[in-house]
Amino acid sequence: MTPPLFEIDALQVAVEDKQIVNGLSLTLRPGEVHAIMGPNGSGKSTLANSLMGHPRYTIHGGDIRLEGESVVELAPDERARLGLFLAFQYPTDIPGVSMINFLRRAMSARRGEEIPVREFRQVLNEILGRLQMDEQFVRRYVNDGFSGGEKKRAEILQLGLLEPKVAVMDETDSGLDIDALRIVSEGINTFHSDDNAILLITHYQRILRYVQPDHVHVLIDGRIVESGDASLAERLERDGYEPFMAPAKEEVLTS
Amino acid sequence: MTTPASEAPVTPRSEYEFGFHDDVEALVKLPKGLSHEVVNTISDIKDEPEWMRKLRLKALDHFNARPMPEWGGELGDIDFNDIHYYVRATDRDESDWEDVPDYIKDTYDKLGIPEAEKQGLLAGVGAQYDSEVVYHNIREDLEEKGVLFLGTDQALREYPDLVKEYFTTVIPPNDNKFAALNTAVWSGGSFIYVPPGVNVDIPLQAYFRINSEDMGQFERTLIIADEGSQVHYVEGCTAPIYSSDSLHSAVVEIVCKPGSNVRYTTIQNWSNNVYNLVTKRATAYQDAVMTWVDGNLGSKLTMKYPAVYLMEPGAHGEVLSIASAGQGQHQDAGAKIVHAAPNTTSVITSKSLSMDGGRSTYRGLLKVYDGADGCRSNVRCDALMLDEHSRSDTYPVMEIDEKRVDIGHEATVSKVGDEQLFYLMARGLSEAEATKMIVNGFVEPIIKSLPLEYAVEMNRLIELQMEGAIG
Repeated sequence: MTPPLFEIDALQVAVEDKQIVNGLSLTLRPGEVHAIMGPNGSGKSTLANSLMGHPRYTIHGGDIRLEGESVVELAPDERARLGLFLAFQYPTDIPGVSMINFLRRAMSARRGEEIPVREFRQVLNEILGRLQMDEQFVRRYVNDGFSGGEKKRAEILQLGLLEPKVAVMDETDSGLDIDALRIVSEGINTFHSDDNAILLITHYQRILRYVQPDHVHVLIDGRIVESGDASLAERLERDGYEPFMAPAKEEVLTS
Repeated sequence: MTTPASEAPVTPRSEYEFGFHDDVEALVKLPKGLSHEVVNTISDIKDEPEWMRKLRLKALDHFNARPMPEWGGELGDIDFNDIHYYVRATDRDESDWEDVPDYIKDTYDKLGIPEAEKQGLLAGVGAQYDSEVVYHNIREDLEEKGVLFLGTDQALREYPDLVKEYFTTVIPPNDNKFAALNTAVWSGGSFIYVPPGVNVDIPLQAYFRINSEDMGQFERTLIIADEGSQVHYVEGCTAPIYSSDSLHSAVVEIVCKPGSNVRYTTIQNWSNNVYNLVTKRATAYQDAVMTWVDGNLGSKLTMKYPAVYLMEPGAHGEVLSIASAGQGQHQDAGAKIVHAAPNTTSVITSKSLSMDGGRSTYRGLLKVYDGADGCRSNVRCDALMLDEHSRSDTYPVMEIDEKRVDIGHEATVSKVGDEQLFYLMARGLSEAEATKMIVNGFVEPIIKSLPLEYAVEMNRLIELQMEGAIG
């Protein structure tokens, strides 16, 4: 078996003293696509943000390893330069900063050297074409005034440019119409190779029709309560999250 | 004996690159202090017409009678008796750069002037060193069209009637305490006259340099854009770093005649020991357009609110300002627009940054007189703080005495957001690089209105200041 590319090891994450992720473990090997599915409030976004090192989330137990090296102590930019990527659920707008300037800086940071303009333009235009995005798009300010679909496409554009080793996709399918979902999914599939791994974090199963997962995990209350193959996603779609919920939680909900 | 600037007691802004000074004996240096005698001496040295001497003396009396303003910044540390009001390094205003004394030339060479003139980026260049203008030159074809660009003292000698016609008509001597002071002891500044219909297609630039310690620089600039003419004037300012404070108190008056278009751009980069208390005002007549672009990066305290008085229908006034306050600095800057006629329009866009304990204040006045119906104005002021211990305030005052107007106003105060930083850092940018990018984005709307070379310079100065603040 190939060595793990990305390991989440008994991870515990809190937000303002409230424990959200409770000892979650997961191993991604090169070439794999994993999907973590969970209902609202199960800890999906907390997991995604803490993997990237968001300062609001405190990791107080467990480990995150990229190619065997712990990244828990590293700042987000250091994690990014090592090849970890987060596609944001709600990408932040940065007025006054053009996409093209931002993308070139980001790509140079990931590479550790200035990328020549010509090469940059070439790669950029190729990916823009693939995502059916106009070249003028990159003249706009980062996420500023973007529609929901444009924001998600812009995230996939960055995925393609930065070529990370591990991509964490936080609800990338939310808010997309069916055509946009197809284009975004194709973008993910084109990026995917035997050398990288993808962690799709999602509420719904629909993106999994386009991006085939090797493994599906059910996240409830910050823990993985069940793992399986792609058929688990279909079961979830049919039966909902209810059968996986702890009985105590149900009582609380119905009382 | 030369004392390198690096040995002088350095104010915190140690990365300030223009902090050097020339150690030269001034040709004339009046003793410290302010009196009728000092004012008379300045007037004597300049061999002025009697009306100007009288005006100066009257203004001095007004200055003495008027209390210090109690709003704005902390002015209590200014000792008006500890200032040289007139320092002259050379006795000539040259029009050939080669004739400027070497030590002054060296200073300006270090500042990159008149390199820009040589490269054809400017239509004319002026340079003031302490109290006197040492150099003025203008492109020949513009001179032939009747464009005047010279030191205000020289203008008073050569075109006394023209100066007398407009001097103090936009900013009266009793407008405020510092306008009164400037009127009493003014020296230097630029005088520009653009004849009807003449378009000065590339900028005229003046460069103001304080060299002497404990001195006050009181230049007086007067611009008259005749009907249908167009001109863009740019000024830059620097000073050495001294242990004691200097005072810069300028007055700029601009008359925009019908159909004219004037743009006045300032990139103020005084060292952190300069009090920068400046009155700038323009009157705009029928269909004229007046734009102030005001960048404040240096100084200990700046109080400056460029104003446009819209006097006749169709006039348009615009103020674009950027202020950046670092450690030990207070930028109290803003804009003033007065709609005194119907169907006039204005836009105020202000961006202020504070970092490293610095303080930025936006202070604005929008006034619409009764009867000035159909006016439109849009005011937007945004403040960005880079850290917890910096400060930002906004005081946007509106006095609207007319109902049939369209006024838009928006103000924001924000900190460099955790979410923005996280987003950029998640893409591999370091915290410092991410902060710079957010700040550059923040000031972008102003920067993009500058000519390219000034935009580059402004970005560079902001980055220099940030390097001190965020390491």
